[in-house]
Formats: sequence, structure tokens, C-alpha cells
Amino acid sequence: MEMPVPSQHRLDRKSELLLRLRAALPADCVIDDPMETRAYECDALSAYRCPPMAVVLPYTTEQVAQTLKICHDLNIPVVPRGSGTSLAGGAMPTSDSIILGVSRMNEVLDTDYDNRVIRVQSGRTNLSVTGAVEANGFFYAPDPSSQLACAIAGNIAMNSGGAHCLKYGVTSNNLMGVRIVTMQGDILDIGGAHLDAPDLDLLGVICGSEGQLGIVTEATLRIIHKPEGALPVLLGFDSNEVAGECVSDIIRAGVLPVAIEFMDRPCIRATEDFAKAGYPDCEALLIVEVEGSPIEIEEQLEKILAIAARHNPVETRRANDIQEAARIWLGRKSAFGAMGQINDYMCLDGTIPVSKLPYVLKRIGEMSEKFGLGVGNVFHAGDGNMHPLILYNANEPGELEKCEAFGAEILKLCVEVGGCLTGEHGVGIEKRDLMDHQFTRTDLNAQMNIKDVFDPAWLLNPAKVFPLAASASRRDGGM
Amino acid sequence: MIHFPTSEQDVAQYLSAAKGCVTIQGGASRTLHHPAGDILSMEKLTGIVDYEPGALTMVARAGTPLADIEKTLAQENQRLAFEPVLMNDVLGTSGASTIGGVFASNASGSRRIQSGAARDFLLGIRCVDGAGTIIQNGGRVMKNVTGYDLVKLLAGSWGQLAALTEVSFKVLPISETEATLSTTVADPVAAVGVMTRAMSTPYDVTGVSYVPAQGMVLVRVEGFEKSVTYRAAELTKVLASFGDVNILSDVQSHDIWQSLRKLAPLVGQSGALWRVSVKPTDGPEVVTALEGAPYIMDWSGGLIWAALPASFDLRASLSHISGHASCFGNGHAMLQQQSAGVATLMQGIREKFDPRHLFPTHSEAA
Repeated sequence: MEMPVPSQHRLDRKSELLLRLRAALPADCVIDDPMETRAYECDALSAYRCPPMAVVLPYTTEQVAQTLKICHDLNIPVVPRGSGTSLAGGAMPTSDSIILGVSRMNEVLDTDYDNRVIRVQSGRTNLSVTGAVEANGFFYAPDPSSQLACAIAGNIAMNSGGAHCLKYGVTSNNLMGVRIVTMQGDILDIGGAHLDAPDLDLLGVICGSEGQLGIVTEATLRIIHKPEGALPVLLGFDSNEVAGECVSDIIRAGVLPVAIEFMDRPCIRATEDFAKAGYPDCEALLIVEVEGSPIEIEEQLEKILAIAARHNPVETRRANDIQEAARIWLGRKSAFGAMGQINDYMCLDGTIPVSKLPYVLKRIGEMSEKFGLGVGNVFHAGDGNMHPLILYNANEPGELEKCEAFGAEILKLCVEVGGCLTGEHGVGIEKRDLMDHQFTRTDLNAQMNIKDVFDPAWLLNPAKVFPLAASASRRDGGM
Repeated sequence: MIHFPTSEQDVAQYLSAAKGCVTIQGGASRTLHHPAGDILSMEKLTGIVDYEPGALTMVARAGTPLADIEKTLAQENQRLAFEPVLMNDVLGTSGASTIGGVFASNASGSRRIQSGAARDFLLGIRCVDGAGTIIQNGGRVMKNVTGYDLVKLLAGSWGQLAALTEVSFKVLPISETEATLSTTVADPVAAVGVMTRAMSTPYDVTGVSYVPAQGMVLVRVEGFEKSVTYRAAELTKVLASFGDVNILSDVQSHDIWQSLRKLAPLVGQSGALWRVSVKPTDGPEVVTALEGAPYIMDWSGGLIWAALPASFDLRASLSHISGHASCFGNGHAMLQQQSAGVATLMQGIREKFDPRHLFPTHSEAA
């Protein structure tokens, strides 16, 4: 993965940078011991690593602002970091940058059930937001798989989704306000407990900007009352096409499940070997989950089973209680782990129109043969968000490159059929150079114009999202 | 001068050659301020480009009438879940609302409290900026984090940044049935008490409004038959402590929300129409500031529509409440002031999209 050549000019300023940071911040906020900075050399895209010059872990918004002012003065790039769970390299530093991590800012600031909002510091983990309100029957809806570890700051940066966003939407649909610090060190409040923007929707463009516009230190989030219950049904089919048609028919019938998950045969077999969830050995498997009171769940499951019956399922299994529900979810939730038992894998997350599902799965199968690498598909079928897992051996020279080439072909296919490169993981460095397949340079320029407004010197997470060649003149302008 | 482009290319050519001020217009049914300079009317850039009922997505050219969109969706038993407010009656306008105008004004109705706003359903756009450049962003799939979300930036931008030429959006199935609970309350404080209580239940309420002329709080549930019956009964128990609860079933319920969608209680009132968005528990304080003028509350108390004398600038009385107010119908936008830092960012973005200052901004119009 190509990254910009580190600037000697910046590296030469390291001692001045550390001096100024230490003068402004508590002693334990600034880390430059190479043993310790190594912990920040990568995120969950661990194939690529590079320790930063220093790591700053502030306790307050004001300390974030001071850090950014100093870096702005000294022209030092800043890479924001939540919990470092990005699969796209969003938090990977360069050797001439600092990491600014918000992990120490994890307090709940205000909980307001009448207005159904919670205000938290952005280092708080996704699941612990729900943890703070669940005793009162509420929850925070976006549920990325990494929700035990991932921070709200990173969720906002990447506009994270999750299995249940078919019903509840992604981060952007549940984010109501932020306190954000610009690269110049200005602290701004945007949005709040009220709905919608008074003028231009800055919140809308900040969410999903991958830490390139500012550092979010506080967030106002929508909380909603939990449903009375939820139960899944498992449906097995002997072809991907039929399973895809069933998904479409369920959606058209007016049932709005909270989740529709899809697994293909390679993935089913791998998880069966690993988790022994008792899944049928079939071509395609759906897990459809509905919510509500027992009466409501019954009503919805009846409709789903009636629709499924028209597609001749090889297996239907409905959960009658939470134990049976857990059993149905067991295989799906261990899918990534199961694939990891077989080999190293790379997880993609392109989105496609639901109607193109069978065609895309067929093409991925053909590519798998061409590249000689196995692939399993497990994904959020209701919204077309695919998760092909390509298996490779990281210790075999050349396999990572082959796997990346395979991945790139899959993502190009997603764009070709009317979809996009990434549905919930973000671009980061991983998909940066594929952006030209989805956008013209004019389209990319319109996006980069926004960064010019927020961060004219291009110091915040600069070598991400946009192809290096497309952003070169802007990044060099700040040198 | 009015220009009616029939293609995106036409829009691009017109804007790259334009000089002076250009107001972008859909059907002019929900105008925030008087048009300035030449008018770029999108009314002839029409047509549904793609509709996949099984994927819950539609793509349409910006000038397509909202009524056509809703009719086509209804044939497949689907709808725009954000229930765009219809403003012809209340503003006395005659133009047909267009889908581009709906998204450019982020026009959401009562169901916004449960389903999200117009901006939350907008998946992709094509547009032409003030330099005449054609830009696309987003797409036609529901989950997309590829690059910056200019889609949301353009939603609700009121023609200050670019002319939308094509929009792609998510739709949802029409519910099998619905029911509305109504209860009478003494004042807006009591109303907000009922509404916030209804929203703090697991019963998936899809509308909570207060019509002060009748002293009535309305709470809507929608879905399948058994589910609606169950939730209406459970909500009745929850709300019983606030007063007697009546249940309006399917058709009655539907009619009452259709009339609210047109802001019927405010139709025919003199003065200017104001729209205020605050957190629900601040709603009663906004009502106090109205000094007795007619109003309705929506969104659990967080949205107040009011008819105020033309000379009345509500913003002054609300400066201590966080949120925003805007005024329709007297020709001036009068939006809430922004903090200096935020205003600078917005101005910077306007400069990027419209370097020659063709499009009137809210601040100029105010």
C-alpha cells in the first residue's frame, strides 16, 4: 500500500513538537517511547503498519484543541483514533504524523429520556452507550460487529452500520449533534437534541468523513425504547437465486425485519465445522429476525414463513424462545471466526442493489476459481451490504497481493452493477485507490472541496479516502 | 426570465453561462423566500428513471411532481415514509410540489419522529453547481459510506449550493392498517407530557401531535392488523393516567393525519408561517413566546408550526433556547443565527459550490 513519503521537514520538528505538547498537556497525555507508540502502528487492517512520531491521549476537549493548534502551527499531520478497530486502515498513522486518540474521553455527560437523547464523550464504546440506558429500557441502535470495543468517535468518522440498521438506520440516522474541534483548534457545536439542521447540514457531511474534517469529542445520540422482544427464523434454500428472491418478496410484503442475514455454502460449511450450530447443508441460508410483543412476532413470522414456503425451502426453523434464537444466531455470529480457522482472510463490504445478488454471487464464484483463492459470503441481505471473506495465506509470498487483486475485482463488480465500494467499513487506505472506479475526478473534487473548507492545510488524516494522485496537490500545498 | 431546462446538460449549460442571480425552483409550493433574479425552473426535468419495489428504491428526475411519485409508489403499495408536509393550502401556493423540492427543503412530516427525515431517505444525487459542473454523490443502495456524504449536505440546502437534477431515495411499504389514540389535555405542558410518554414505550409510535384548537393530543400506530390492535390497547393503558383515551381506527386515523400533513389547523390564518425545531420539552416555552398566536405541535412537541403577524420576529424571543426557527410566507427566510465558526464553514462551502454567487443565500434573503 503506497503512502506519501514522510516529510523530513516534519520529522526534524519532532523535538519541538514534543516540547510544546508537554508544556500544554498533562505529562501522561504525550507518548513518544517507541515501545509504546508501536501499539498505535495499525488498526484492524493489520497488514499495514507504521509507528507515528508520537501519540497524544487527551482528557478534555480543550486539550484536543490545544494539541491541534500546536500541530497546525508546526504543520504536523494528525491521525485521529477511536478504539483502532477500523478494517479499512482509517486510523493508520504515517511516520511524520501524530496519533490523537480519544479513548480517555468516555463519560456519559447527559441522559434525557423525555427527549430520547444521550450526550457522551466520543471515546465511549458503542455498546456502553446502550449499557448506560438499558436499565431504563432504552438502547442505541447502530450495532457494528465490533461494538464491544469500537468508539463512538470512530462510528461517526466511518458512519458505521451493523446487522440491525435495516430497521434502525446507520450512525448518520441516529446522530443528532457533535462537539467538534477543527484542525485550527476551534471548538464548534453542531446540532443537538432538536431535529434537523437550521441551514446547511454540516452534521450530515461530518458523519462519514473519516476523521478528515475535525475531531469529534462529544456526541448527542438518539436513544429509543427497546422492543418487547425479538426472534429469528432460519430458512435454507438450494440456490442463491431463490434465497435472493425470497429476501425481495419479504421486503415487498411489508414485513420490515430488523435483520436479514445471508450465508452461502462455503460459509455455512466453515461455520458448521467450527461452531456446530446445526445448520442445514444447503446452498444459501437466511436468518430473518423480527421484533415486538409475542403476538406481533407471531404475526410477522407467519407471514415470512408463508412467503418462504412459496420458494420451496429445504429447511425452515423458527425460534420459539431465546435459547433457540441464540442457536440460530450462533453460526452467523461465529462466521468470521470460523473462516479465520481455515486461513487468513480479507473482509470486503461493498454494497449492491438487492436484485443483483444472484448475479454477483455467481461472478464471485468464477473469480474465486480464476484467482485460486476460496471465498465465503456472509452479509446483510436486506440492504445489499455484502461481506465476501477471501481466504489466503499471509505467510505465502504473493498471496496477500493476489487476495487484494481479487478483492479489487469484487469491489469493481459491485460498482458496475450499481452499488458501491463500501457499505459500512469506510474507504481508509484500503479502498482509497479504487475510488476512481466509482467517482469521476470532478466528483472527488467536490468532496475534497469540503475538506479544503474545514482543513485548508490538509493535516487531518490526509492520506486517506482519496486516491493519492487526486489529493497530491492539496496535500503538498501544506508542506 | 424563467428558464425551463429539459436535461441535465441543459442545466449545466445554463448555469455555466449565467450571470447575476439565479433562483432554483421546483413547483414553488413551499417557497421560503421570494425568488431573486432569473428563475431556473426544474418543472420540465421530469420522469421516474428507475423503480425497484423489491429493493425499496426509486430514482427520479428532480422536477417529477411529488404526486406522480406517490401515485406510482402506491400502485406497489409503497410510500415515502417521511411523509413530506404539503404546503399549498397553508401558504396559498398553487404550484405542484416536486421531488427535488422535497429533498432540497428536507420537507418531512409527522412520521419523521419515527422514520427519519427526508435527508435520511435520500440515497444519491446528481446536481449541477454554480460553476455549471455536474456532480454525482451517493448512489441507489441503502448502505454507502464511499467518500463524503454530500447527499445530506445537499438535502435541505434550499438551492444555495446546486440544482438537483436527479435524486435516488429509499421507500417503504404502506402499512396494512393504522390507529390513532386521542386524548384531551389542558395546555402544551400537559400535551408534551403525554407525547413524550407515548414515545418512551416499545410500541413504535409513528406520529405524535398536539392540536391546541381542540386541546387534543394524537398518537398514531401503524402496521399489521393484530399488531396495531395490540399496541393501541397497550398505549391506551399507558396514557389512561392523563385522561380519557379515544381510538380512531383505520380510515378516520388516516384522514386526520392527511389533514395534519397539509397543516390544516393553520390554513386561512393571517400573517407569516413559522417553523420552529427544538427538543420536545422546550416546546411549551416556544408556545409561550408565540403570545397567543395559532399553532400546532408535532414531533412529540419538538416541532411547532405557528401563524404570526408579519412584523413579529420570533427568533428574538427564542435566543435562549437551543434549536432553530424559520419563517415561510412573508418572503424572508429569517433563519436562526449560527455561531461565528459554524457560519464561516457554511460560507466556505457556499463559495466552493457557487464561486460566482449565483444562488441567493438565506442570509442575503434575510
